[in-house]
Amino acid sequence: MERNLMKGNEALAEAAIRAGCKCFFGYPITPQTEIAAYLAKYMPKNGGVFLQAESEIAAINMVLGAASAGVRAMTSSSSPGISLKSEGVSYIAGSDLPCVIINVQRGGPGLGGIQPSQSDYWQATKALGHGDYQLLVYAPCSVQEMVDKVTLAFDMADEFRMPAMILADGLLGQMMEPVTFPERKTELPPKPWATNGHGFKREHNIVNSLYLVPEELENSILDRYKRYEVIKANHTEAESYLCDDADIVVTAYGAAARVAKSAVNRARAMGIKVGLFRPITLWPFPVKEINEACKNAKALLDVEMSMGQMIEDVKLAINCSKPVHFFGRTGGVIPSPDEVLGEIKKLSDSNQ
Amino acid sequence: MAVIFDRPKSLADVPTHYCPGCTHGIIHRLIAEVIDEMGIEGDTIGIAPVGCAVMAYDYFKCDMIEAAHGRAPATATGVKRALPDKFVFTYQGDGDCAAIGTAETVHAATRGENIVVIFVNNAIYGMTGGQMAPTSLPGQVTQTTPYGRDVSVAGNPIKMVEMLSVLDGVALAQRVAVNTVPHIREAKKAIRKAFENEKAKRGFSIIEVLSSCPTNWGVSPEVALQKIDEVMIPFYPLGAYKDVTAEGAK
Amino acid sequence: MDHEILIAGFGGQGILFAGKLLVNLGLYEGKEVSWLPSYGPEMRGGTCNCSVCISDDPIGSPLVVNPNVLIVMNTPSLDKFIGKVQPNGLVIVDSSMVDSEIERTDVRVCKVPATALTDTDPDLKGGANIILAGKFLAECGFKSEEMIRKVFEKIVPPHKKGLIENNMKAIKIGMNYDTNA
Repeated sequence: MERNLMKGNEALAEAAIRAGCKCFFGYPITPQTEIAAYLAKYMPKNGGVFLQAESEIAAINMVLGAASAGVRAMTSSSSPGISLKSEGVSYIAGSDLPCVIINVQRGGPGLGGIQPSQSDYWQATKALGHGDYQLLVYAPCSVQEMVDKVTLAFDMADEFRMPAMILADGLLGQMMEPVTFPERKTELPPKPWATNGHGFKREHNIVNSLYLVPEELENSILDRYKRYEVIKANHTEAESYLCDDADIVVTAYGAAARVAKSAVNRARAMGIKVGLFRPITLWPFPVKEINEACKNAKALLDVEMSMGQMIEDVKLAINCSKPVHFFGRTGGVIPSPDEVLGEIKKLSDSNQ
Repeated sequence: MAVIFDRPKSLADVPTHYCPGCTHGIIHRLIAEVIDEMGIEGDTIGIAPVGCAVMAYDYFKCDMIEAAHGRAPATATGVKRALPDKFVFTYQGDGDCAAIGTAETVHAATRGENIVVIFVNNAIYGMTGGQMAPTSLPGQVTQTTPYGRDVSVAGNPIKMVEMLSVLDGVALAQRVAVNTVPHIREAKKAIRKAFENEKAKRGFSIIEVLSSCPTNWGVSPEVALQKIDEVMIPFYPLGAYKDVTAEGAK
Repeated sequence: MDHEILIAGFGGQGILFAGKLLVNLGLYEGKEVSWLPSYGPEMRGGTCNCSVCISDDPIGSPLVVNPNVLIVMNTPSLDKFIGKVQPNGLVIVDSSMVDSEIERTDVRVCKVPATALTDTDPDLKGGANIILAGKFLAECGFKSEEMIRKVFEKIVPPHKKGLIENNMKAIKIGMNYDTNA
C-alpha cells in the first residue's frame, strides 16, 4: 500500500471521510484548523457535508442533529472549544447518539496557549459535561494511529450508541509522517432508532435526554452503564514496550509516549531495565494490561504534558501497589527525551 | 353521528401537560393541521425546545428530537443538512429562540437554512415560574422584574421578526397571534406558507406567534387573550416583515 | 546514519518547504521519517523552524531538540540553536543572512551565501532554502537528481508547476557549491 506523507490533522480528516462520515460541523481554532480546511475541500467532493458553524456550541448541536438523522457525524476542536462543546456532548450521551469528537489539545486553562498539551485528560475521561456518562476516548501517538483510531471510533460509537473522542494534541496534529489508509467504507450499520422521517412505516422515533421520573432516568443510565461494562471487558487497548523484565515502567500516552519511548531506548542502551506502557484507550483505561505490564516492576514513572492527570488512573489501576512517580511539562512545553531519561536514571539509582 | 371536528392525525392522542387556557395547544394543532394537509408527517422531523413545550416530542407523531436550550436551530441544521429532502421544524419559546439561542437563530436565518421556526412569544418564562423573558414588555411585572421591567436596567425587549427580516437568508418572517378566531386563521395561513417555503427550498421561515400565559401573567385565560390585543400587539405589530413570495421569488 | 535535522529562519524563507523536500526524499529511500513545524500566531515574518527526522528505526519524539544537522537562514536562529547541535554535527549557514561567528569547534560548518547566490539569476528568486538543502544533500552523499525531481513534482503545488525547474536549478547550485574554494 502507498505510504503518504501527511499531517496528522489532514490524515485524520481523510480517515473520517473513508469511515463514512457524512457531516462535519466545526469552528476554526489552532491547532486543529487543518481538519476543517481539509474537510471543506474534500467533503463536498465525496457527497458529504461541511459546514462552518457560528460557534462550537452550534457545531456540536448540529452534530446532535445529524447523528439523530442517522448519519455519521463529526466535529473537531482544540481545548477551549471542547469546553464550549461540553453541553452538547452531555446531551448526545444522554440521547444515546453516536458521533466522533476530535480534541487536538493545546495548553490551558482559559485561552491558555496554542502549543501541544495533554491537560484535557480529566475533561475527556471524567467530566466532559454534566451527568453520569462516559465517552470512548482514544489516544493515538502517530499519524497512522490517528487514522486507525478515527475509523475505530466511528464503528465503536455506532455499535454502542455513544460519543467517541480522539484525544490528540498539537504535535500529532501538525506533524507529518508516512501513513496508509483503509479502503472507503460503503456498508454502514442500520440505525432503526434514527429520526429520519417514519414514512408511515413505523411508530415515530424520539431522540431525547429528558426523563422527569427519577426511576426512568435511573433506568436509562443503568442501561448505558451495562454497555460500558461490555466495553470495559472487551475493548481496552494498550501498547507494552520492553515491559517484561522492566524494573521501571514508564506510563505515557499520545505525544508524551513518543518522547518517553526515545528515553526508554536510550536508558536500555545504558543497561537500565525500563519499559513503556502506553494506554491507547484512555476510557476505558486498560487496567488488565497495565497490571500485566508492570508485574515485575519496582516503580512506575508517569510522564505527561500536564501537571499529572492520567497518573490518578495509573494509581487506581494498580491499586497503589507500587510507587508511581511523576514527570511532566505543561503549558505547551514538550518534554525532551533527555529530561525523561534523567528521571529514569534518578529512579534507577534510587532502586539499586 | 358524523364527526365534524377531530384531532389532527399528526397529533398524538395523549393529554398534554399545558396549563388550562394556554395557547400552546392551539399552535400545536395548527402545525399538525398543516402537516396533515400537506401529507408530510412521514417526512417531517420536529425539534422540541427547552421551556414549556419541552415535551412536544410526545405530542407530535412525526419523528421528534429534544434539543438543548436554545440550540434547536443548530440541531435542525444538522438534521436538514443530513436529510435535505425532509421537512424540519423547530418549536421554540421566547427564552429559547430569542435569549439563550439568539446566535443559533440568527445564524440559521442568515445561512438561509431551509427550515421552519415556530417562535412562541408569550413575553414570560413559563416553565421556570414566571421570570422575565427577552420579550417581556417595558413595565411588565415578573418574578425577576418585581417592580416592572425597567428598560434602563433590564434592557429593551427584542423584536425578533423585525430583526431577522433584514437577513438575506430569510424567506418569511411573520408575526401572528392566536387570541381570536381571525388571528388563528391568519396564523395557520402563515404556518402553511412557511412549510410551503421549505418544500420549495426558499430558505428560512420564522413565524412568531403572540401567545398568552394566564398562569404566570396571573389573569384568567379570557383576560389573557384580551391582553394580547391590548398590550402585546401594540408593541409587537402583526404582519409579514419579509415574504419573498410576496416580493416575487428571489 | 540517523538524521535529526533542524531548519530555522524567518517565516517566508521556505523553511517548511525545505523540510518537506528532505522528509520526502527520506520517504522515497524507504526510511522512517517525520516532519514537524513550529507553529505560532504569526503567519509571515516571525521566526520559524522545522524538525525533520530520517532514520532506519521508528521515530520517537519528532521534535528535534539536539540536531545533528542544523540549517540556519538568519542570525537569531543561529544564536538560538548553535549551542544545541550534537558534537560532530553539521551546521549549514546562509552566510549572506547570518553575521554571527560560530565559536564552536566541535561541529562542522558549511557557509553558503545562498541568498546572495539567488540575486544572480531571476529563476533563483526565493530559492536560498533549496540551495542550502542541496548543500546538505551533497554533504551526506545524496546524488539522485531524478529522485529530487520526483519529490518536487509531488510537493510543488499544481498552480506553481513552473517552479520545478527553478528548484532543480537551485538544488544543483547547492549540491555543487564548493565551500572550500
